[in-house]
Amino acid sequence: MNLTLKVWRQRGPQDKGRMVTYRVEDVSPDMSFLEMLDVLNERLILEGDDPIAFDHDCREGICGMCGMVINGYAHGEQVATTTCQLHMRHFEDEAVITVEPWRAAPFPVVKDLVVDRSSFDRIIQAGGFISVPAGSAPDAHSVPVKKADADAAFDAATCIGCGACVAACPNGSASLFTAAKITHLSLLPQGQPERDSRARAMVEQMDAEGFGGCTNTGECTASCPKGIPLDTIAQMNRDYLRASK
Amino acid sequence: MGRHYTEGEPIRDTKAPAGPIEERWEKRKFGAKLVNPANKRKMHVIVVGTGLAGGSAAATLGELGYNVTSFCYQDSPRRAHSIAAQGGINAAKNYRGDGDSIYRLFYDTVKGGDFRARESNVYRLAQVSVNIIDQAVAQGVPFAREYGGLLDTRSFGGAQVSRTFYARGQTGQQLLLGAYQALERQIAAGTVKMNTRHEMLDLIVSDGRARGVIVRDMVTGEIERHLADAVVLATGGYGNVFFLSTNAKGCNTTAIWRAHRRGAMFANPCYTQIHPTCIPVSGDYQSKLTLMSESLRNDGRVWVPVKAGDTRPAAEIPEQERDYYLERIYPAFGNLVPRDIASRAAKNVCDEGRGVGPGGLGVYLDFADAISRLGRDAVEKKYGNLFEMYERITGEDPYSQPMRIYPAVHYTMGGLWVDYDLQSTIPGLFVVGEANFSDHGANRLGASALMQGLADGYFVLPTTIGDYLANGPYGEVDDEAVAEAEAAVQSKIERLLSVNGTRTADSYHRELGKLMWDYCGMERTEESLRKALERIPELREEFWRNVKVSGTADELNQALERAGRVADFFDLAELMCIDALHRTESCGGHFRAESQDADGEALRDDENFAYVAAWEYGEQGPVLHKEALEYEYVTMSQRSYK
Repeated sequence: MNLTLKVWRQRGPQDKGRMVTYRVEDVSPDMSFLEMLDVLNERLILEGDDPIAFDHDCREGICGMCGMVINGYAHGEQVATTTCQLHMRHFEDEAVITVEPWRAAPFPVVKDLVVDRSSFDRIIQAGGFISVPAGSAPDAHSVPVKKADADAAFDAATCIGCGACVAACPNGSASLFTAAKITHLSLLPQGQPERDSRARAMVEQMDAEGFGGCTNTGECTASCPKGIPLDTIAQMNRDYLRASK
Repeated sequence: MGRHYTEGEPIRDTKAPAGPIEERWEKRKFGAKLVNPANKRKMHVIVVGTGLAGGSAAATLGELGYNVTSFCYQDSPRRAHSIAAQGGINAAKNYRGDGDSIYRLFYDTVKGGDFRARESNVYRLAQVSVNIIDQAVAQGVPFAREYGGLLDTRSFGGAQVSRTFYARGQTGQQLLLGAYQALERQIAAGTVKMNTRHEMLDLIVSDGRARGVIVRDMVTGEIERHLADAVVLATGGYGNVFFLSTNAKGCNTTAIWRAHRRGAMFANPCYTQIHPTCIPVSGDYQSKLTLMSESLRNDGRVWVPVKAGDTRPAAEIPEQERDYYLERIYPAFGNLVPRDIASRAAKNVCDEGRGVGPGGLGVYLDFADAISRLGRDAVEKKYGNLFEMYERITGEDPYSQPMRIYPAVHYTMGGLWVDYDLQSTIPGLFVVGEANFSDHGANRLGASALMQGLADGYFVLPTTIGDYLANGPYGEVDDEAVAEAEAAVQSKIERLLSVNGTRTADSYHRELGKLMWDYCGMERTEESLRKALERIPELREEFWRNVKVSGTADELNQALERAGRVADFFDLAELMCIDALHRTESCGGHFRAESQDADGEALRDDENFAYVAAWEYGEQGPVLHKEALEYEYVTMSQRSYK
């Protein structure tokens, strides 16, 4: 198949950036979206052009490093799919595809489709952990955990930190990301001692980074490649209120 | 044609304490000198890599009060490829009361490694395994649980006990996030300084000791020098030398290869694990391979057409024209033979022209029988997420037509040589996780990689590095050594940018990978390895004459990053082939066609090869140092699966 790509090119944070049109021919429907970009980049390098910079690593949908807005959708229109797991068979021959980086003030563009998501790390630094130095843990069976709680904690913990929730949200909110971690740790007995301080510190850090507030639009969960449920945000709000009493 | 190497002095001391095996680690811990708590923050340790081994090491050293600087090439420490591990983590907890013990895990690991690992190291690994589960649970890792609230386990990789702890199909992710959270906590506490998007390009060795690293800031292109009292490499394996593997795209050998060039010996580079159930290559644009869990072989039947060149769709091939070759050749184990045997058998039928799918490099894994026996619902319950992943990638529905699978490079057992303290042959350079060679011998068992990474990072290294640091301080770092390392990095970058040839680094990497797969892959022969050793230097020479790297050094330049990594893969590939050529026996993941029994099974040669091959870098070719392996506890035996 043959495609026309309109790709956001931006040399660095100071550059204004612009959409650039590329023609890509002989695309195999079995290619992943990133492999299609690889093929284009190989051509650009040989032509002496700057290849399109994009983040990617595991290419099996779990590291959370890749992410681009494709035709207006974070990670593309396919549900529960990271960009690296999106395949070209979902596009039509002669399609025109726009490709842009995550757009949110707390995710400044580094170059082209690469953004700086270190704000996510700082939210975790604020309290997204259980304080237990190596070697100090009691036997794993000393605290049983209800299966339902463990399963729900796991569901929240599957967040890959890609940032699609922020990119999809009209407010640029990081609520789903922050709530996923708060929910994961709040549901476990091990997470109780720091539950209040964690919720307070993480929510405050999220705000300090400049992420917007949640207005229950739900785009975050719809675009989340791991389907993190929206009710984690309710859990976060409950924990935050509890902590603020 | 002669030998490609010379032989040096054997390695006689691995620093493991003597005495009964179960007391050795206790003895070492007690014998290790301690650093005064007030002095710890004056001690500076660099940790490169933030996977299970590096992330847990940096976090733990920070908790202990050391001044830690951590580096990763990704945009966040949470991205390291440990995150992709699916299956689980072994631990000798014996929560099932099914007869497991530290001794049994030790025994299984030594045997599974085909008697090419050190007994002392493996025993310690089994001892520490129980602490890992405690640590992870306390951190909030959401392992699978039973209705009674206790941890669930499963059996894995042919083990006869149920000792594998898991978090659905995402155990690596959950364990890595545990280590990442511990690391972020230390970053917030100020004990660890994190540098993301930084790639280590050389090791600084001053007065014979590792004293720092040269790194490139991948955003600005700036070359930075970082000095320390000790350096820890946790930079993972080198499976991407084959270009196509289940590794992440960024996984590379540069950090350990640069350390090797500076004097760290490289042990058993030819030990490569090939996983039998991966999704096959679909075209020449393919950038990586995706693993499908081995558990699929419990219910799927592997087959190919009887006739070579049969291109009919699977459904149109009648039963009598199908060859269920694993069931035919290995009637006792059938589709459940170990990884290496299943992989080689698939290669053999494809070599006969009976492979299926594009390029004929695939075999069927058929669930039709399982679906008619158990019903579609039961199959979906068991394997639903895997079937979905398969369909996402291939566009084929595995409920209505058989899956196509093919073996792929998955893990490298070789790595930098380390002693019992995880210290390399350069004093002050410690190596943890897949980057070292220590615990898996010639073959790693399923669910043991996560165990080893975390054992090294949480429990072993923090003790042993303290002993090294307590014996310091080691004086000022020689300015000239730093300047020399920095200049070497600069000149390599300039050289890559100045060639301005006609082929991309990736195209050379693909060609090198294909060559390694064909000549130093699942089956190796003297002839194939000699061919590879002829072809690699030619291709490398062409690379340095004809590679095209666009852009400049002082910006985010992914073409430049890749070219630098490919250059080091060439050198490593050559050493792998030399190692594979010299080891004329078959063992574990290293199968030499010349060394097989009458049934075609791998044949070890314990009389001549019961040693670790540690290679020293030499301008005139590598120098082999042998570390003899002695088995005091486990009796050496030959494997059989008929």
